[in-house]
Amino acid sequence: MIDMTVVDLSRLQFAATAMYHFLFVPLTLGLSFLMAIMESVYVMTGREVWRRMTLFWGTLFGINFAMGVATGIVMEFQFGMNWSYYSHYVGDVFGAPLAIEGLMAFFLEATFIGLFFFGWDRLSRIGHLCVTWLVALGANFSALWILIANGWMQNPVGSTFNPDTMRMEITDFMAVIFNPVAQAKFVHTVSAGYVTGAMFVMSISAWFMLRGRHLDLAKRSMAVAASFGLASALSVVVLGDESGYAATEHQKMKIAAMEAMWHTEPAPAGFNLFAIPGDKENSFEVQVPYALGLIATRSLSGEIPGILDLVELAGNRIRNGMVAYEALQAIRADSSDQAARETFSATWKDLGYALLLKRYREDVANATPEEITQAAFDTVPGVAPLFWSFRVMVALGFYLIAFFAVAFWLASKHRLGESRTLLWIALFSLPAPWIAIEAGWFIAEYGRQPWVVEGVLPTFYAASGLTLTDLAISLGFFLTLYTALAVIMVILMLKVIKAGPSRTNVLLDGVAGGSAVPAGAAAAPETR
Amino acid sequence: MTNIPLDYETMRLVWWVLLGTLLIGFAIMDGYDLGVGALLPFVGRTDEERRVLINLVGPTWEGNQVWLILGGGAIFAAWPALYAASFSGFYLAMITILLALILRPVGFKFRGKVADPRWREAWDWALFVGGFVPALIAGVAVGNVLLGVPFGLDATLRPHYEGNFFGLLSPFALLAGLVSVSMCVAHGAAVIAARCEGPVAVRARRYGRAAAATTTVLFGLGGLWVAFGMDGYVVTSVQDAAAPSNPLAKTVATQAGAWILNYGRHPWMLIAPALGLFGPLLARHAMGRGASTTAILATSASIVGIVSTAGLSLFPFLLPSSIAPDTSLTVWDASSSHLTLFVMLVATVIFLPLILAYTTWVYRVMSGPVTPDSIGRNPNAY
Repeated sequence: MIDMTVVDLSRLQFAATAMYHFLFVPLTLGLSFLMAIMESVYVMTGREVWRRMTLFWGTLFGINFAMGVATGIVMEFQFGMNWSYYSHYVGDVFGAPLAIEGLMAFFLEATFIGLFFFGWDRLSRIGHLCVTWLVALGANFSALWILIANGWMQNPVGSTFNPDTMRMEITDFMAVIFNPVAQAKFVHTVSAGYVTGAMFVMSISAWFMLRGRHLDLAKRSMAVAASFGLASALSVVVLGDESGYAATEHQKMKIAAMEAMWHTEPAPAGFNLFAIPGDKENSFEVQVPYALGLIATRSLSGEIPGILDLVELAGNRIRNGMVAYEALQAIRADSSDQAARETFSATWKDLGYALLLKRYREDVANATPEEITQAAFDTVPGVAPLFWSFRVMVALGFYLIAFFAVAFWLASKHRLGESRTLLWIALFSLPAPWIAIEAGWFIAEYGRQPWVVEGVLPTFYAASGLTLTDLAISLGFFLTLYTALAVIMVILMLKVIKAGPSRTNVLLDGVAGGSAVPAGAAAAPETR
Repeated sequence: MTNIPLDYETMRLVWWVLLGTLLIGFAIMDGYDLGVGALLPFVGRTDEERRVLINLVGPTWEGNQVWLILGGGAIFAAWPALYAASFSGFYLAMITILLALILRPVGFKFRGKVADPRWREAWDWALFVGGFVPALIAGVAVGNVLLGVPFGLDATLRPHYEGNFFGLLSPFALLAGLVSVSMCVAHGAAVIAARCEGPVAVRARRYGRAAAATTTVLFGLGGLWVAFGMDGYVVTSVQDAAAPSNPLAKTVATQAGAWILNYGRHPWMLIAPALGLFGPLLARHAMGRGASTTAILATSASIVGIVSTAGLSLFPFLLPSSIAPDTSLTVWDASSSHLTLFVMLVATVIFLPLILAYTTWVYRVMSGPVTPDSIGRNPNAY
């Protein structure tokens, strides 16, 4: 039997390390493009302030990037360490985009990041600009392949189960790449990263302006960030809608749970603005009529199935999956059993549903009707957390559009510095994109439960057979080290921000003027 | 299904070679970063000397580490059964490597941002751990693979593991770990000697010569141990090299001296252990005479030799099982499907040459001696 405590701790560790890693990734995605834009302006106009901007934001970028790399190494290996049956079961499909990410994207980004910092005096202006753009491109390609991998977990296309190898195998690699869920997720996620980068630049620049420091740099940074942020914030919501549309097609349960919609309503369904989700119904709800049906199906007649109806469907699929499971056993016992192979190829798509029963008994074929009902109810993810995180994400998404629209309007009138209220709002809006992004990932991953690969492999069945001691040790070390690093990172970032860009510049000018700069001071412009 | 130009057997062989190539790429490219990390507190005595060493690897170590990330990804994609069984089996060892590796990016980036000597001293030791520990444990892991790993597969191919962390630290595995450390230290020292000046270079040569000699002695000792002191594994049934991957379809037995059988069958393979034995000696000689390029080539050759020796000795095994030998993983029954191997090969053929090209370009841009003066010119230096 599978130890559910080990499974839960494995999930906790993966969630903690992944969500922590994703504090740094969006800033890398967004800030790298902003730096590339700033440096492009420098190369085109030759104005020194744009170079100082690139250097200053680059220093903060570097601290963030180091954290991203440190926490990213863990991600690459955790699948095998904590999810060994997952790795065996879907590695044939899932491993490929992950490896291609390394080949095509991360190598590019990581190789050129060094030149970004160390190549200023060794490359021509154009040469260095190309390096900066390559870093930004590498980061974004990286996101593409990771989201192709993740998109497959949400919508496992282009693959089939091979009874001889007991795993999912690729049948159509192009289908995996052009998975509509993956594509929608990619644009939604990178846009969210751009918003994060823009907000980061806005907030810190606002702080400079409130203090009346480094105004030339802060104003220009804000103007760039405002326009980049507005475009990105709009695209996050538009493309997020695309992502939701894709989910309506492929992950009906996730949509129903996000909406706390227990019963199928006559089309077009209403949107629950507010609700208190219970166990099998909401004890209170405020509805906007028609809204959900229109958003999710883009039609007046499209029906969105409710949770309880989907549970019933899951029950049917479990019973069908039990047939597939039995056929698979027969094939494993005698690989020449043609009748069993035929049964299996007709029913294999429900095999994953039969595996849900593994939580209750080893011999799946003998499951009782009660166990089947229980397993069918297991397909419902936690409704209240999904319902609320979705609303937090959407509200923040619209807030960010409004914020960047105002900032953009002021910037285009050259009045950004005039409204101190806006500057304070900019400063305090700093956490908004991060909260929205973490909520978004929570919806994507928690909303897929109980599946690690939708409809194919239950999460509990995918975990490694580790001991509680193993997990206590690893979780303890990760939490301690990650917390310590987070504290150090924030302190260092604040130090760099307080020191401001001018000192970096003085040092650069000093070098250009030929004066000797002590090595220690050069490395740490902010130290005395 | 598309028509795949190479048959399944050849494809598996190609991916076995590519796996070796990636591991060698990691050991050469990131191996010197690990070696420099392990030498940092000893070769660099003052803050300025240590900054020279850190800025020697600073511009390129991040790209180098991707060899490891890519190695992990390639094992996942091409050898999923190996990825599943080994990483979960070596769980706490992997955690230790990861915790040590986490210290590197932050160590490089954070150390120079505060001038307090205690702060810098603490990060110097963190960087030492980030170099020494991964090199040691990677070697320990290879040692354990040669000994056989206490894992098995059930009928659904789910791996289970019956060892523990301290069980990994057997005398032979520790010897393998020290081979790995001395190999990386010699390599790192050769790079320091080539690119730095003054007392740092002098000390690097001294440590490098000692590490090179140690590599030869320990590797030779390990070779004797493998040949005469331990049982290897042999497949005792006929394995269909083109069949779907099913590690349960064969029988395996242990046999004394089995790990040197391949060298009898294919004497050309002896090149690998020969490189592992004589490469470090050449490096030692070259470092003594100040021939720094030769020294780097020699330490690189010794890495090629040592890593290849492990792979060639094991072939066709990837991960022999000590508790259920029949469920050992081999090149013929632990790979991905034919199509996945093909897709991955296409991606590799396109991108690996590109990676080599731009990495070479970056190294060329960053070439030249690393001195306190060259660091002083860059406000972004660590």
